[in-house]
Amino acid sequence: MTDLTGQTLAAARDGLRTKAFSAAELTEAHLSAIAGARGLNAFITETPDRARAMAKASDERLARGEAGALEGIPLGIKDLYCTEGVRTTAGSHILGNFVPPYESTITKQLWRDGAVMLGKLNLDEFAMGSSNETSHFGPVTSPWRKRGGNASLVPGGSSGGSAAAVAARLCLGATATDTGGSIRQPAAFTGTVGIKPTYGRCSRFGVVAFASSLDQAGPIARTVRDAAILMRSMAGYDPNDSTSANLPVPDYEASVGRSVAGKVIGIPKEYRLDGMPAEIEALWQQGIAWLKEAGAEIRDISLPHTKYALPAYYIVAPAEASSNLARYDGVRYGLRVPGKDIADLYGKTRAEGFGKEVRRRVMIGTYVLSAGYYDAFYVKAQKIRTLIKRDFETVYAEGVDAILTPATPSAAFAIGEKGSGNPVEMYLNDIFTVTVNMAGLPGIAVPAGTSTEGLPLGLQLIGRPFDEDTLFSLGEVMEQAAPKVALPERWWS
Amino acid sequence: MTATASTSSNLIHGATGDWEIVIGMEIHAQVTSKSKLFSGAATAFGAEPNSQVSLVDAAMPGMLPVINEACVAQAVRTGLGLKAQINERSVFDRKNYFYPDLPQGYQISQYKHPIVGAGEVVVDLTPSESFTVGIERLHLEQDAGKSIHDQSPTMSFVDLNRSGVALMEIVSKPDMRSADEAKAYVTKLRTILRYLGTCDGDMEKGSLRADVNVSVRRPGEPLGTRCEIKNVNSIRFIGQAVDTEARRQIGILEDGGQIDQETRLFDPGKGETRSMRSKEEAHDYRYFPDPDLLPLELKPDFITDIAASLPELPDAKKARFIADYGLSPYDASVLVAERDLADYYEAAVKVHPGNRDAKLVANWITGDIAAYANTQGLSVHETHIRPEQVADLVDLISDKTISGKIAKDIVLLLIGDEKTSLPREIVEKHGLKQVTDTGAIEAAVDAIMAANPEKVAQARAKPTMLGWFVGQVMKSTGGKANPQAVNDLLKAKLGV
Repeated sequence: MTDLTGQTLAAARDGLRTKAFSAAELTEAHLSAIAGARGLNAFITETPDRARAMAKASDERLARGEAGALEGIPLGIKDLYCTEGVRTTAGSHILGNFVPPYESTITKQLWRDGAVMLGKLNLDEFAMGSSNETSHFGPVTSPWRKRGGNASLVPGGSSGGSAAAVAARLCLGATATDTGGSIRQPAAFTGTVGIKPTYGRCSRFGVVAFASSLDQAGPIARTVRDAAILMRSMAGYDPNDSTSANLPVPDYEASVGRSVAGKVIGIPKEYRLDGMPAEIEALWQQGIAWLKEAGAEIRDISLPHTKYALPAYYIVAPAEASSNLARYDGVRYGLRVPGKDIADLYGKTRAEGFGKEVRRRVMIGTYVLSAGYYDAFYVKAQKIRTLIKRDFETVYAEGVDAILTPATPSAAFAIGEKGSGNPVEMYLNDIFTVTVNMAGLPGIAVPAGTSTEGLPLGLQLIGRPFDEDTLFSLGEVMEQAAPKVALPERWWS
Repeated sequence: MTATASTSSNLIHGATGDWEIVIGMEIHAQVTSKSKLFSGAATAFGAEPNSQVSLVDAAMPGMLPVINEACVAQAVRTGLGLKAQINERSVFDRKNYFYPDLPQGYQISQYKHPIVGAGEVVVDLTPSESFTVGIERLHLEQDAGKSIHDQSPTMSFVDLNRSGVALMEIVSKPDMRSADEAKAYVTKLRTILRYLGTCDGDMEKGSLRADVNVSVRRPGEPLGTRCEIKNVNSIRFIGQAVDTEARRQIGILEDGGQIDQETRLFDPGKGETRSMRSKEEAHDYRYFPDPDLLPLELKPDFITDIAASLPELPDAKKARFIADYGLSPYDASVLVAERDLADYYEAAVKVHPGNRDAKLVANWITGDIAAYANTQGLSVHETHIRPEQVADLVDLISDKTISGKIAKDIVLLLIGDEKTSLPREIVEKHGLKQVTDTGAIEAAVDAIMAANPEKVAQARAKPTMLGWFVGQVMKSTGGKANPQAVNDLLKAKLGV
């Protein structure tokens, strides 16, 4: 039998329906791939027993002709999604042994559609990070290496486990979350496709919160079509999430392969940064050329408040995080470090339970919300956020359908290379992605080529609110046009 | 009756001159609702600890609040009852602080944009005197859980049943000038809330708690520094706390000291307030809009529907009782103090409508029947005596079938052996019908005059002796003789 792990999700779906292989075989192939890839540290918790039981149930449903949209498809779940009876850590010591008695809405929908859970994927602690190095469970190593090198590279973050597992063929797709770029940046670093849907498109219920007004769940997959298939199962209105949108979920897969002729693509001049590597600029120009060839109209646009997005993001996100993380106090669940009184218990539990980056953001967030600083920081950042949103509304009102930008300012870097001295060095990774979260818009990262060192590079498409369809159409055009880059060799097993 | 701003008739005479007390209040009223403000957990009082706690109330990871529309409707209903501005757009904020009974690490409240704006309450001080207290705002917020410190020598326990229950915080303007005014305000507010059905007002169960802001000043001078007395849980204690705190502040000021703005607690046992935390120790709550909740937008229809279903409120009912039933302001005030009592009264007035004497109905309800209810620790409407029994009793008095005295005996029978009978059945059964037949009364009068010739002579000389003869006649007729007829006959026969 051919390697079942190397195929796309769409191909596996079809293979299961034609009985070319069983769900049990497909799952078993992935479980052994995972067992052979522990060195990558992509999974925090493997759930082989549950995977086998789910695959068996899928085979029964397939035999009865009752297959759901994701019947028998083995997936990895970012360990930020609560899974009933399965440890959910958020990559943090403070939730190191937390087993939720409930299921997130999104994973519930995935199981409803027949998907199989392989395990829980590593991530930056509470999704705070751009390299997966802040995880309490250790960094994830990217399956990619520089041409001729053997240094361990980061897979990006915070959904580093998701991106690495998909690129290393440990699962056919993975759930991820994106607060400032946590789906798109790791997708770009690993040559995978990642989409952050419009804010409100996917339920946040049961997903551990980082920054509630920015958090949005989405998939990482190996192709645009696979991402579209996953999106259809993940999206949808949830009465348990007051910010979720009560809109019908389209058949996203139908958008894949649809003509983009006549679509107006905006090219924002503010995304041309000083000191940006020439290969990123070249990649961007290449993307423009591909879309033009496909019949799209290219238009230069301006998003004048872009330069304020990153600093404003680093006020809003920590502010919300400082409040969202207050519940981890050692009183009801999770880690408790005893103290001489309640304040001491709080202090010791949180000092030991949270890692350095989380503590830093809690401190920043507490500071910017404090009396006397609130107006100068939080209120001002919210005003900037409104202006950023307005920038996008203006260009969309002028007929732009989507915006093309680089996904990241560079290719993946080595573990330990960035951010140890100056955290801003790490924060700059999200320079092209945070604006999308600040505006609540959908954004997709699509592989578009490789760096001079042979590492994947991605481009980002930003869409109108709730117009993920157009992003899938455009994304597939670029995917088809881009040079085929083989998945990394299995050096790790 | 006129409603005015409170006048300074309540000055405290200190050693160095007069002082005026200024009081404002924040009332926390638990919303009457089946489930909590942001979760589906039940709110019933007295359940086993931690038996009414949803995953949202316990702040489990990834849980999200969803607004309970019933609680929003209750807040709007209350706002309308306080003649207040209803804000079609309001915002929920997070008030951040750490405490074991606060699972989220923040309370969801409304800070800058409350659901209800300015309104007013007309407060009755006496039946004919009232003053107006301005309402600054009303907002919705979550209650906290309860810490229990007496279950273990080394640990505290937490009961989250209350965690997330909806509260309305009703903030008054500093419009009260004495302990009596403060008590009257809370009493009136409680009555309005109970009329509206938005809060049961049960202070013993903690459904209504007051934070009382007290300051003192020389009459006419600007406001003094205030102290906030937290969580006072009875109307009597509110009065005591105000007086105690005002005396403390005046003492300090008269000794040349100054008041520190702080939060204090009232200890009813010791009759003192004591410092809880100073202004410097005050929390920085880091309020910001809750990103888990969209701004609360009310449709105009939602508000007008509630307005249309609003019950008649005590002020309107009192005015109507005075106008329609000829009641005194006092009787009307007593009857409207509780909606159930007012309804009971009106039921008694309206059963088999005729020309019933509505004032007499009020007298009997607020008199003998209320007295009986009191001995039972019940409200009038909770006793077994039905409004139609009261109506029947009053009708029997009015048509002279019985006298007031017999009526009192009938009430005793209604309380005792004749719980379910109508008074007219009791009259029939016990032969209590008033004797109006002049012949029968005349025979009794003649018999008594014949038996007491010396008394007859005395009475003719001294007409006040008439009362003795009336008493004898009533006695011999078993109290059933019409007292007026007896009087008239005696006067004629004795020639007085």
